[in-house]
Amino acid sequence: MNCIIILLIYVLGAVATLASNSKNAAKTALVTSLINAVIALILTGEYLNGNDVSFTQQWISNPNISLSFVVDGLSLTMLLLTTLLLPIIILASFNTLYSKANQLYSLVLFMAFAMAGTFLAQDGLVYYIFWELALLPIFFIGLLWGSDEWKIRKRVMVTFFMYTFAGSLFMLAAFAYLYTLTGSFAWSDLSKVVLSTKEANYIFLAFFLAYGIKIPVFPLHTWQANTYEKSPTIGTMLLSGIMLKMGIYSILRWQMPIAGNVSENILKTVIVLCIVGIIYASLIALRSNNLKRLLAYSSMAHVGLVAAGAYVGNSTGYQGSIIQMVAHGFVVVGLFYLADIIYKRYDTYEIKEMGGIRSQAPKFTTFFLIIMFASIGLPGTFGFIGEFTLLFALSEKELLYAVFAGTSIILGAYYMLKMFQNAVLGSTENKVFAEVTTKEYFVLAVICVVLIGLGIYPKLLTDLFIQ
Amino acid sequence: MSTLIALASLAVLILVLEIFNLRKTIVPLTLVGLLVALGLNICDFNSVDSFYNNMIVVNKSTVLFNSLFIVLTFFIVALGQSFYKEQYDKISDYTSLKIFLLIGAYCMVSFGNLVMFFLGLEILSITLYILAGSDRTNIKSNEAGMKYFLMGSFASGFILFGIALIYGATATFDMHQIVLASTQLAMPKWFTVGFTLMLVGLLFKIAAFPFHFWAPDVYQGSPLLTTTTMSTLAKVAAVAAFYKLSEVFFPAMPTNFVNLIAFLIVATLIIGNVMALKQNNIKRLMAYSGISHAGFMLMAILLGKTAEPYLFYYMAAYAISGIAAFSVILYVCQDKKEELVIHFRGFAKHKPVLAITLSLALLSMAGIPILAGFFGKLFLFTEALKQGFYITVITAVITSIISIYYYIKVIIVMFTYKNADTHTVYQKNFMYSAVAVAAIIINLIIGFCPSIIIDLF
Repeated sequence: MNCIIILLIYVLGAVATLASNSKNAAKTALVTSLINAVIALILTGEYLNGNDVSFTQQWISNPNISLSFVVDGLSLTMLLLTTLLLPIIILASFNTLYSKANQLYSLVLFMAFAMAGTFLAQDGLVYYIFWELALLPIFFIGLLWGSDEWKIRKRVMVTFFMYTFAGSLFMLAAFAYLYTLTGSFAWSDLSKVVLSTKEANYIFLAFFLAYGIKIPVFPLHTWQANTYEKSPTIGTMLLSGIMLKMGIYSILRWQMPIAGNVSENILKTVIVLCIVGIIYASLIALRSNNLKRLLAYSSMAHVGLVAAGAYVGNSTGYQGSIIQMVAHGFVVVGLFYLADIIYKRYDTYEIKEMGGIRSQAPKFTTFFLIIMFASIGLPGTFGFIGEFTLLFALSEKELLYAVFAGTSIILGAYYMLKMFQNAVLGSTENKVFAEVTTKEYFVLAVICVVLIGLGIYPKLLTDLFIQ
Repeated sequence: MSTLIALASLAVLILVLEIFNLRKTIVPLTLVGLLVALGLNICDFNSVDSFYNNMIVVNKSTVLFNSLFIVLTFFIVALGQSFYKEQYDKISDYTSLKIFLLIGAYCMVSFGNLVMFFLGLEILSITLYILAGSDRTNIKSNEAGMKYFLMGSFASGFILFGIALIYGATATFDMHQIVLASTQLAMPKWFTVGFTLMLVGLLFKIAAFPFHFWAPDVYQGSPLLTTTTMSTLAKVAAVAAFYKLSEVFFPAMPTNFVNLIAFLIVATLIIGNVMALKQNNIKRLMAYSGISHAGFMLMAILLGKTAEPYLFYYMAAYAISGIAAFSVILYVCQDKKEELVIHFRGFAKHKPVLAITLSLALLSMAGIPILAGFFGKLFLFTEALKQGFYITVITAVITSIISIYYYIKVIIVMFTYKNADTHTVYQKNFMYSAVAVAAIIINLIIGFCPSIIIDLF
């Protein structure tokens, strides 16, 4: 079995979905994503047995670029996250009837293809190509299927596109510069390159522009909340669940190994920016009345912590950020799905107009509680392990970082519980909230099982990347 | 050489066919003739030869450049079939003019002598003057033809004066002997002045700062197919000629000459991309986008011999996506008086394939990965960084970011369904769609495997 099969199946699935009619599109996409989830699990088995599942083929001789896809602990974890989350995301949007569904699901699969490629590629340029390719489908998904007036949506999506594209071009320039030093784009060569501090600083900052925008880190985050809000739910899930992990993955894979000897001041500034982002986003989330925006800012706060941990650069930070990436992926998809379910019933994202759900839908409330607690990082859930490891990593670097970043847990608990209180509890007020359907039950149950299961026995996942 | 003879005979044959009233066969026959010429051209691939006292030179690089020109002409002639429907009695003139234009382009890269270069330049320019003014009843076309002619002849004058000064310095028109003279002897001041004057003319021809002012007006006024020709074939031919001259003259220039060119590149990139932001006419938009691409191609010229494959790749990527984009623009604006961006509103609903083609062509120009334009830019950036032109590369990166905005604006307009003019009936046109799709497929192929072009050198 070779890891390139996953990419091929996504492409074939995207074509098949485009060719199918609107009714069957979602099913075709689901089948494709399930096949790939199974293949990813098989690949994991083979990798753990020590088989080589990588693929390398010369592509362009001058400049020297090769199609190289390598599976190691980090990329395999991300691949698993992508392939396992995708069926959940697709199943979660079965409820919504999209016009031209075949085009939408085809774009979704194409995006999954690009994201899987980003995680697998070990040649800087091939990686960059996949990184950019992932941007096009989500842009069109948001533009054509998003909510709100065309004019506003257009402005939001163009801002998003310009922002991310601008950032990644600097990354391309950094790769081009590295190529002039090493004559190769391969990760194995680039990670060995010895840079002077000045060179490392520039390259670090160029990478930071790309990743800081994607994640997003504090001053570069302005596109995020609007884009999450205006995108259709499936787009929001893809963006927050998988796509922003591309940024953190890239810090671990490319930025820190290549530009590791960046000057301490820049590194500290970046970590401080991440921590400022955590507090800033938590405070905004506290004041948000719109459920989707609240989740967007809460996501930004959590990811800020992951990014800070990734920038610490020691092995605790490395492991913590991988764990938390997986946890956050499942949590955020679950949260947006819960918001979507409420929207289906109440036709609003305004928290003030919700309420009275608990007495009508106890199962829904239970799921909401579990996923919310995982988001806050309650012990016993997978979110706790990630957050704890990350805070520990930060304290290894400097205790003060951990203290300030730790406020995210307190603030997170505060705004999430406040939101829960307003949205789910309260009096019924004549609003009918139907209990979750079988499909919804299934999706939420899977997410909860993953979050609690890995929370109790994290070794299942951590064995992949801790030797 | 046989290619040139074949092309010249083809151009005359087209005029003769008109006399015998075989008007219908002209375009198919020309297309076959161009394929034959392409075949003849490729036969010379491995030969190194010169003809008529080194007037015409044949080697690998001229063969490659000429093959590109022939392919572009092939597409442009194919588009002409339906474009000149209303002036079908003049199709032979237009088609043969385009072949003459190709001959001019051929001479502009295959010259071994400055006289031949000037001859080629004039053949190319004069046919373009005529084509720009070819829509006689339209006052804008007249204006465009007049403007282009007046400014273009000044530019030609500068080039001619430059050549004269170079002759004064070296006592020869022959490129080999100029190389010998300029490397072995101390050159008088007017040698530098001569090339600087040629530089003025060449910058005008490729529409680069500070001689770019004609481009938007002339592009806008000219018939759409002429705009296509100008922005693809004529532009890359001029760039190729510039490159051939730069190979000889750049080493003989003062050391800070490189800085001058680098400055011109930075200014061209900024002006082209910033001015394109506010355009609502697609022709003007393409004109400014063309100016910015001239900046990129100048960058390859600045980098010299090692960048030749990259220059060729960039030219091919740019021109092919230009053909694809303009074919769709022709399709949309078939019977519109003006080519406004808003005419594309809701186009994706009517013709999804063509809308995607135009999107891909524009994204290729913007430099989105896997399309050919991306690799064109990447190769240039890598090479420029290698040679240490950091500021130029940073400007190019920033202006690329700016450029994505106006390209994506057109794409979004096509995918706007709300308030779309649902009554618009787009006339079916097989040729436009076929050329557009064919061109974008070539673009994708050279994007997926850039090696097939880069390894030719």
